[in-house]
Amino acid sequence: MNLALMGAIEQGLLFGILALGVYLTFRILNVPDLTVDGSFALGGAVAAKLIIGGSNPFLATAVAFVVGCLAGAFTGVLHTKGKVNALLAGILTMIALYSVNLRIMGKANLPLLREETLLTYTKALGIPNLVISGVTLLTGVAIVFAVGVLILKLIIDWFLHTDLGLDLRATGDNPKMIRSFGVNTDSTTIIGLSLSNGLVAVSGAWLAQFQGFADVGMGIGMIVIGLASVIVGEVLFGSSSIFRVTLAVIGGSIVYRLVIALALQAGLDPSDLKLITALIVIVALTVPTFAKGIWKKQVVRTVKGGTDGA
Amino acid sequence: MLNIAGVHKVFNAGTVNEKIALNNVRLQVKSGEFITVIGSNGAGKSTLMNIISGGMLPDTGSISIDGKDVTRWGEHQRAGLIGRVFQDPMAGTAPNMTIEENLAIALARGEKRKLSFGVNNQKRELFREQLKLLDQGLENRLKTKVGFLSGGQRQALSLLMATFTEPKILLLDEHTAALDPKRAQLIVDLTEKIVERHKLTTIMVTHNMDQALNMGNRLLMLHDGGIILDIPDEKKRTMKPQDLLKAFETARGGETFSEDRFLLT
Ligand SMILES: Nc1ncnc2c1ncn2[C@@H]1O[C@H](COP(=O)(O)OP(=O)(O)OP(=O)(O)O)[C@@H](O)[C@H]1O
Ligand SMILES: [Mg+2]
Repeated sequence: MNLALMGAIEQGLLFGILALGVYLTFRILNVPDLTVDGSFALGGAVAAKLIIGGSNPFLATAVAFVVGCLAGAFTGVLHTKGKVNALLAGILTMIALYSVNLRIMGKANLPLLREETLLTYTKALGIPNLVISGVTLLTGVAIVFAVGVLILKLIIDWFLHTDLGLDLRATGDNPKMIRSFGVNTDSTTIIGLSLSNGLVAVSGAWLAQFQGFADVGMGIGMIVIGLASVIVGEVLFGSSSIFRVTLAVIGGSIVYRLVIALALQAGLDPSDLKLITALIVIVALTVPTFAKGIWKKQVVRTVKGGTDGA
Repeated sequence: MLNIAGVHKVFNAGTVNEKIALNNVRLQVKSGEFITVIGSNGAGKSTLMNIISGGMLPDTGSISIDGKDVTRWGEHQRAGLIGRVFQDPMAGTAPNMTIEENLAIALARGEKRKLSFGVNNQKRELFREQLKLLDQGLENRLKTKVGFLSGGQRQALSLLMATFTEPKILLLDEHTAALDPKRAQLIVDLTEKIVERHKLTTIMVTHNMDQALNMGNRLLMLHDGGIILDIPDEKKRTMKPQDLLKAFETARGGETFSEDRFLLT
């Protein structure tokens, strides 16, 4: 595999964390959350600032998580307590974060060229590339990233099976029902939005360290990329269980990056990237709807009168 | 046990659509009572249930349960005391979660949620045992998503979930109305079995006069936001649907009962 594709896999893993975050709101809570563009850059900004100030990059990334959670909680409170429409609440936080991020960074771009970052740590581990019969399949960096992302995935899987996690899932699935069992859906919504944006900020912090700079505009379009990863992943790799779908979402992120890398190699103008991404999401969102219509007709025919048992 | 005092609820107050849904309702329910509630469409039955559950707050009046004033408690705060089954079989369960996950949520009713696994083998054992009582074979389908169950099965599961932790009050709002007669009868039987076993204080709304007369030990009729008939057990046992209609006419001073949805059979 060539260099661009190797890079695409590394990026796909890194943006897999973003995709996991978007999955938590978009699928689990069933809330479209646009805070993402702001919290992604927030994560990058906070981590870069701290690292330049001499912080350990792990600590800086952890702080990015906490700050991202706060951003999500802000959207959550706006939406649940302030009764602001979810989309609008997210947009408001996102816009506000643009100024906040500029404040944090002090300027529009913070380079991390000679700093110790997660990337320099990773490289220092000296994990060799995975080469099979002369073809490099995974870089050493990608292997370390994969381990990191999978650990996060397993933590999320575990969380979604705890009592609290079940409540979160039920909040997205049937809020009326879960309230009748004593759960405050305002709280679960706020918790879900917090965790989601915490993950998104980690993804931003990770990207800043990987590319060697944080930029105030680095979050633009991230929500759409996250959605593309979630939807593509579900379509390609299935969503029958939590364990499977969180893996699928990461896979979706990698596929998305590979497709973009291939398209660029084939001569796609980089300025058309966002348009292509939006088109991917549009197709992925609408095709299942059409397909479902056809599927439903078939099911009605085959299932009628059967399977019921009651 | 449950005390409703002077509860008033107006919708769209001050507009042309103003509607008095509950008009100075007073009701005292004793522990262990099983009340059936009938009344025409728009009489205020569902509103009364929502006021008790905390899904809606009354404009005036108060509600207390076991001597505790819960008037200002939110729905989720009262949920530790109240179990509910809704008319819509889709309403009481989470369709994209498995049977065991739904039951785990029901089991945690009113408790502080912890970060431990919602379902474990010990709980599974309990779930299987309880599901057997439903006689639907669900005990062997713990990992099936609830969305794949039939309406009757979902309603049976809802009933089990609502009563799992033996709530102080069980509210049933036409919980058999969306089912075909055979499945409705099954849920009726289950309801009686479960209420009897746990001696649950129950309020059940129904449009079926036979159900209202045959089930429970007290009957209320609502009309235009007020309780116009309150029939005790002894009298209820002797009544036929025709007697109920007559009692309604007497209570309303000659107004005849015109209600398509009432089932006389
Ligand atoms: N959220 C609401 N907003 C406005 N009006 C409402 C609302 N809920 C109920 N109403 C009105 O209040 C009245 C009582 O409604 P309710 O649902 O309690 O009746 P019901 O006795 O349950 O009737 P049904 O037998 O049709 O279920 C009706 O006139 C209804 O239109
Ligand atoms: Mg009703």
